[in-house]
Amino acid sequence: MLDAKIPDGPIEDLWDNHRFSMKLVNPNNKRKFEIIIVGTGLAGASAAATLGELGYNVKVFTFHDTPRRAHSIAAQGGINAAKNYRGDGDSVFRLFYDTVKGGDYRSREANVYRLAQVSTNIIDQCVAQGVPFAREYGGLLDTRSFGGAQVSRTFYARGQTGQQLLLGAYQQMMRQVEAGTVRLYRRSEMLEVVVVEGRAVGIVVRDLITGEITRHSGHAVVLATGGYSNAFYLSTNAKASNASAVWRAHRKGALFGNPCYTQIHPTCIPPSDDHQSKLTLMSESLRNDGRIWVPNEAGDNRSPDEIPESDRDYYLERKYPAFGNLVPRDVASRNAKMMVDQGKGVGLRNNGVYLDFGDAVGRLGAPAIKERYGNLFDMYERITGEDPYQVPMRIYPAPHYTMGGLWVDYNLMTTVPGLFAAGEANFSDHGANRLGASALMQGLADGYFVLPYTIGDYLAPLLGSKPVPTGHPEFVAAHNDVTARVDHLLGVGGTRSVDWYHRELGKILWEYCGMARNSTGLEKALSEIPALREEFHSNVRVLGENETYNQSLEKAGRVADFFELAELMCHDALHREESCGGHFREESQTEEGEALRDDENYAYVAAWEYRGVGNRPRLHREDLDFEHVKLSQRSYK
Amino acid sequence: MAIDRPVTAPERGDAQERESGVGRARKVPFAIDFYRSAVGKKYVMAVSGIILMGYVFAHMVGNLKLYLGAEQMNHYAEFLRTLLEPIFPYSGALWLMRLVLLAAVILHIHASYSLTMMNRRARPVRYQSKRDYIAADFAARTMRWTGVIVLLFIVFHLLDLTFGPANPDFQAGKPYENTVASFQRVWVSLFYILANLALGVHLYHGAWSLFQSMGWNRRRFNAWRRYFAVGFAAIIVAGNVSFPIAVLAGVIS
Amino acid sequence: MDLTLHVWRQPGPDAPGQFETYEATGITGEMSFLEMLDVVNERLIEEGREPIAFDHDCREGICGSCGFMIDGQAHGPQRGTAACQLHMRLYNDGDEIWIEPFRASAFPVVRDLAVNRTAFDHIVQAGGYVSQATGSAPDANLIPVPKPDADLAMDAASCIACGACVAACPNGAAQLYTAAKLAHLNLMPQGEPERYVRVERMVDTMEDYFGSCTNMGECEVACPKEISIDFIAMLNKDYRKAKFRGGTSQANTR
Repeated sequence: MLDAKIPDGPIEDLWDNHRFSMKLVNPNNKRKFEIIIVGTGLAGASAAATLGELGYNVKVFTFHDTPRRAHSIAAQGGINAAKNYRGDGDSVFRLFYDTVKGGDYRSREANVYRLAQVSTNIIDQCVAQGVPFAREYGGLLDTRSFGGAQVSRTFYARGQTGQQLLLGAYQQMMRQVEAGTVRLYRRSEMLEVVVVEGRAVGIVVRDLITGEITRHSGHAVVLATGGYSNAFYLSTNAKASNASAVWRAHRKGALFGNPCYTQIHPTCIPPSDDHQSKLTLMSESLRNDGRIWVPNEAGDNRSPDEIPESDRDYYLERKYPAFGNLVPRDVASRNAKMMVDQGKGVGLRNNGVYLDFGDAVGRLGAPAIKERYGNLFDMYERITGEDPYQVPMRIYPAPHYTMGGLWVDYNLMTTVPGLFAAGEANFSDHGANRLGASALMQGLADGYFVLPYTIGDYLAPLLGSKPVPTGHPEFVAAHNDVTARVDHLLGVGGTRSVDWYHRELGKILWEYCGMARNSTGLEKALSEIPALREEFHSNVRVLGENETYNQSLEKAGRVADFFELAELMCHDALHREESCGGHFREESQTEEGEALRDDENYAYVAAWEYRGVGNRPRLHREDLDFEHVKLSQRSYK
Repeated sequence: MAIDRPVTAPERGDAQERESGVGRARKVPFAIDFYRSAVGKKYVMAVSGIILMGYVFAHMVGNLKLYLGAEQMNHYAEFLRTLLEPIFPYSGALWLMRLVLLAAVILHIHASYSLTMMNRRARPVRYQSKRDYIAADFAARTMRWTGVIVLLFIVFHLLDLTFGPANPDFQAGKPYENTVASFQRVWVSLFYILANLALGVHLYHGAWSLFQSMGWNRRRFNAWRRYFAVGFAAIIVAGNVSFPIAVLAGVIS
Repeated sequence: MDLTLHVWRQPGPDAPGQFETYEATGITGEMSFLEMLDVVNERLIEEGREPIAFDHDCREGICGSCGFMIDGQAHGPQRGTAACQLHMRLYNDGDEIWIEPFRASAFPVVRDLAVNRTAFDHIVQAGGYVSQATGSAPDANLIPVPKPDADLAMDAASCIACGACVAACPNGAAQLYTAAKLAHLNLMPQGEPERYVRVERMVDTMEDYFGSCTNMGECEVACPKEISIDFIAMLNKDYRKAKFRGGTSQANTR
């Protein structure tokens, strides 16, 4: 049984009381502490900026050529905040409630409440940094609505909200780089965590340009390295997004929470051919004005304009009249899969559903639609060669976000003291399904407003201690492990490329651990993945050497870790014999095909302990108590 | 610059040096500090360009008096020498203007020279495959060459019609006769026409570019910046080129 | 379709490089340019030759990682499109394509088509931020921002720092990048207090690394986000004002 260290008291005051009761580090002492941050996305950059500003010595690592390339930059739609600027009945409690409900009652109430509380500070902070949010003609902030909510609380900057928020955090971090409190290491990939006497004390890093492997020591280590959707190979994540940092931490003792909770985003562009290297997401905000439909009859291959209204099935509006096209992502995705599985898929490969703006263009006019979604429409046209003002978009779900991640307590600390996880890298506040526009909120909440406090509480008792010297045997051992792994990958000298193995792994995972899962399939995956993993380690071909910019070598290390993680995902999915949020077990559904939870037996966080490659991981549980939100079957009808 | 080193102390040192560079403002006059920057040099090029454009325009308009005959033309030349008398001595105002022009020319050339050097340093290894320019037109890319042609021409033009050594029939105070005599030499007329075409090309880019360098930018009027540049260059070229043609055609004699 | 590629190969920053020719066969119109290179790379690996190194990540045209010269144009022939969003339907069977890294002294080649763009970070580091401590911000709706201003700031802020402007500029100038970074903050009331300090510091830093702007406009047409050179005029004006105001010392008093 895991202790989440949730303070006692009424939920409204938990965070305030906790902030008061946490130990502080005197301003003059802060510079005596070294904090290592891995990752410069929203969570990492905002944490680095804030911790640097507070006076800590921060070292921040990114594998990109500049911190601003982190994949947070690709988030399109927006960021939620309980500002209630619209006066439409929003409140901290409602955002909290929506998030817990949207997460299908598998998240920790205390964390979610805190998230909803600080959401308002985030908007204030970002506006003060000069983030050019969309405005109304009166000059005040504009909002729009997103899936899973009946209020308009999503702030946005065109279709580039993630970019603008990341630039805000990046700029604040660069300000600290200039001030000398943050030291930035570019093109540096963390390949090992160093644990001494049970505490995380440093990391081992490979310079991607020179291949040099270096050791870095600190009082605390923060992993803000994002999610693991790329285990599926085809996902909306950036090509280099990977799970190596969290996986290395997991191998060093950090428990992994809810690995099977993966989000399949409903509105992506369907794959066009077998050389597809990644999938492109079209913001969920499109569901505000677009209507989703398929032909009534399977195999109807008429072009969309030839299909009359009477032959169209607006299935979301039909099945969920209250939320219509704005049902949460898991529901929208599963329904799209259902339609395609019934043979109603559209497009040349019958692998999508229509997202039609015909009505919206008619109602609001093309210029208004262009104003709202212009850049998304342009992007769609560039990729598909079709004009969405004329022809309905074709969309299909794709892996997009992982709610699972390193298990953390209320202070965002993993089960390894001194090792923190922030943003998508932790198992997070989203339960079994994340609502749209909540990822940006959580990343920035963790980085700007949570970690800077909780890390001080961990550091305060360590005052006077020096960071562990990098000559310590554990550092040497970790360094040697990294070198050995690099040498191994370069030395296999097999016949197949890294990408080939990644693609094969992705196919297995998508087939058996994707949008719908069952025990037979998961068992199958659990026998196929280890076999493929072993073949990978004996037959992969990585050319070149360590001492140059070797992109195959980078990928090989990441894919090796994905293999191990994929197995864990399947173990978790197999053990959880209920459907909840992004995890849909075919054995557990209502008569109408909706996800059926089993609160009796599964209202807990599954946190897994690593016990060696290929060995069954050990399950630890954190029971979830719901005092403020009543457990009920989710209904969006 | 190091290849992808982390931003460590030495690089922050660079940043501090830059700050002390800003601090130079207190030691040297701000105009010199401003001129040390490339943006400042472009500003100086724009201002000196405007002065020279004003001169080129006035010069062309004044020379239209060639069409009114020798008396009018020579009287106009004499008027320039007696301009603002008796505040200035004879030729004083004229020389003052010449000094301003000379300063503008020197600054214009110095700024363009040092910017050219800076730009060469910014790309020491050229593209090895063929570049395909879309927006950078012939005029923009050949400013340095058209500038050099115009400069060489100015030197000749002064020796030919202002001071005389390059004009065997030169008579002081008789610009009309000097001009006609000079243009009757076909090679001089051809050189003059060529140089004015180069000037036109130079003006076509310069008269637009100056708005950018000066930061004169209003979206509503931006299209007019291009019309102005085209119109200005066309008027100057048409006016100037008409003189040698008129002489060779016998319209002016 | 089958294509012939001439790709710049260079093993490292200081090593000499040269063009090598590859046949890209069986390319489909649905592939993006980078997917086409993936196909070529897979074949190179099969043949035991090292794949072409090129930076890329999101492949959605937003991270700014990718970018190289395609037939003498940064990001290739399609306007407003990063290399990752360029699709092969633009090409015809038998086409020859020349691919070369961005070139500028501030962008040294890392390997093959990958270059180092750290200089861009240094420009931001010099002043591309609002000095706003975390947690002390006033309510977000306290200061209304006229929609046209916010929209214009957003136009500038959409810069992805890919470096195409520098690569395309015949002078190797980074004016469009710097101008975009400046305009984003300077057009917002939150950026106003530091406006002139920011301009002075960022422009001075820019000039440590890059060439000078001669208003050719090549950057604007290369920019995958189609950022306007109007912002450069704004930079010029603000820089002049900053200097005339007496620089950093009085900038805050406006």
